[in-house]
Amino acid sequence: MATVASSRPGAPSFARRALRSDHLAGWLFVLPSVFLVALFSIFPIIWGFVLSLQKASLISPNRPFVGFDNYTRIASDPRAVKAATNAVIYTSLFVPTSIILALFLAIALNQRIRLIRFYRLAVFIPVAVSTIATGIMFLWVFDANFGIANWALGGVGLGPFGWFDSPTGAMPSLVIMTVWGWLGFDTIIYLAALQGIPQELVEAAAVDGASRWSTFRNVTLPLLGPATLLLVVWSTISAVQLFDEVYFVTKGGPLGATSVPVFYIYRLAFTSLYGFGAAGYAAAIAYVLFIVILILTLIQFWLGNRVVHYSS
Amino acid sequence: MTTIDLRADEMAPSAPTVLRGEIGMVERPRRRWLPFSPWHLLLMPVAFLMLVPFVWVIMTSLETLAQTQHFPPILWPGSFQLNNYPRAFSSVPFGTWFLNTTIVTVSVVLSNLVFCSLAAYGFARIKFWGKGIAYFFLLATLMIPVQVVIIPTFLIVKQMHLLNTLGALIVPNLANVFGIFLLTQFFRTLPIELEEAARIDGASRLKILITIVLPLSLPALATLAVIQFLWTWNDFLWPLVTIYKESAFTLQLGLMSFQGSHVNDTNLLMAGNVMSMLPMLLLFIAAQRYFVRGIATQGLKG
Repeated sequence: MATVASSRPGAPSFARRALRSDHLAGWLFVLPSVFLVALFSIFPIIWGFVLSLQKASLISPNRPFVGFDNYTRIASDPRAVKAATNAVIYTSLFVPTSIILALFLAIALNQRIRLIRFYRLAVFIPVAVSTIATGIMFLWVFDANFGIANWALGGVGLGPFGWFDSPTGAMPSLVIMTVWGWLGFDTIIYLAALQGIPQELVEAAAVDGASRWSTFRNVTLPLLGPATLLLVVWSTISAVQLFDEVYFVTKGGPLGATSVPVFYIYRLAFTSLYGFGAAGYAAAIAYVLFIVILILTLIQFWLGNRVVHYSS
Repeated sequence: MTTIDLRADEMAPSAPTVLRGEIGMVERPRRRWLPFSPWHLLLMPVAFLMLVPFVWVIMTSLETLAQTQHFPPILWPGSFQLNNYPRAFSSVPFGTWFLNTTIVTVSVVLSNLVFCSLAAYGFARIKFWGKGIAYFFLLATLMIPVQVVIIPTFLIVKQMHLLNTLGALIVPNLANVFGIFLLTQFFRTLPIELEEAARIDGASRLKILITIVLPLSLPALATLAVIQFLWTWNDFLWPLVTIYKESAFTLQLGLMSFQGSHVNDTNLLMAGNVMSMLPMLLLFIAAQRYFVRGIATQGLKG
């Protein structure tokens, strides 16, 4: 089909055969997408590395090479260290909280009870709300003076809390807000996994006289392993890259308590807060973050695959 | 790992029912120690906590300014200030921002449906040189975090003179790898016999895609459309770095600037916020099964 040279008399011209060939047809179908992805994903990732070796600004075309200076600068930059520390704190609060809550909720939402459609909608619907709208909502709910959170907690003798305004409360408040926003997503993934569990296994355990708890512990939970591993990896990746909520709600404050890496990258590259010419340095931090995410993902999959059993 | 059968709708009643959007339920023998299922004791407070911010925001949007600045909070304003909504709408160019967001979102969704279908058909059905490696590279880009590419992509878009135009938001998002992956997986599950018969009858591949494959793929296309719609409508970081002219703002940027200028007009701010959320909330409620399926597919792509 794909022979190029053929001198048989009467054979269709090269162009005609090329048109009929699967190779050309295949490429014609995928080319628009491949071109777009190459231009807006693959090329930028190479250029991003080049930028990280330069003293670059986004306004000047003059970008002298500085070798690995941008990389060696990171470890001695207190703002970068602070951002990394905050990312670790946020991730270690957000990931376990959201996943454990989602597991309980998915099990509850998998029951045949009244109002279940309403419950599911209530848990899923924040997925449809943008981070800015969520931010406006929670700035108001957590308003130190007039918010209902302080009022409700005051009713049981707690608070008042400063929430986003307090250096110690800002990070937990951020965690509560983002868990609210992401819970639906995690719960849907657990629900899908729960419903992929063959009912025969659960029934067989019941026939063998296993208690509900024992069935859950020994049958259901191990079969949720792949979903859990996936959610751990996924939530870690998105937690390390937190940006919108920090930019809009806390602006990194108070006193840098919620400054996180992508927020710092944004400020370096796209604002003049730390002087112009910081885009190369920002690109270097972005690359380090990329490598950290890759390593974390690999470690999680490696550890996970020793614990998790894949069925079928 | 798991492959997902998106045709669960039509084909396989045994497939995970969440993929049908209709999430199935497990029957259990019941021991009644309460007049209702004990699960309500967990789910009722959870539903309350998830919904209370919405209710509170809606109530605030119907109050007078004085009522919003009252402690303890007024949970039920005696009279509803409905004119907060027209006031909020006309105080800033919400109409323009809404239109901008609609143009961007509709363009991106349509172009993704076209480009992803074409590419997915190529990957699912045609044998061609370099296919494996091209597909691998595409999927590998799913691993790339946005902050790594955002600075170079900004420079590319600047070079194309698209900054401060809606083009900056449309062009880099014309084709999305997640969509290609989703449709490729789906096309592979379709029976090939119909297509082969059409080939023998001399139909072109493009004609086969349009007249045979796509009509069979409506659930997958709907899933891609709603997920892409959600992403584009709610996107924030990319518009933030490429658009700084108010007339080209998206709803999210506009909402942010509205918040900045109305920090103390809480009632108007909440009215604007409710208006900004409403289209997406209505779409979510109307197309919940496709959102659920889209998210479940994202979950299974690892």
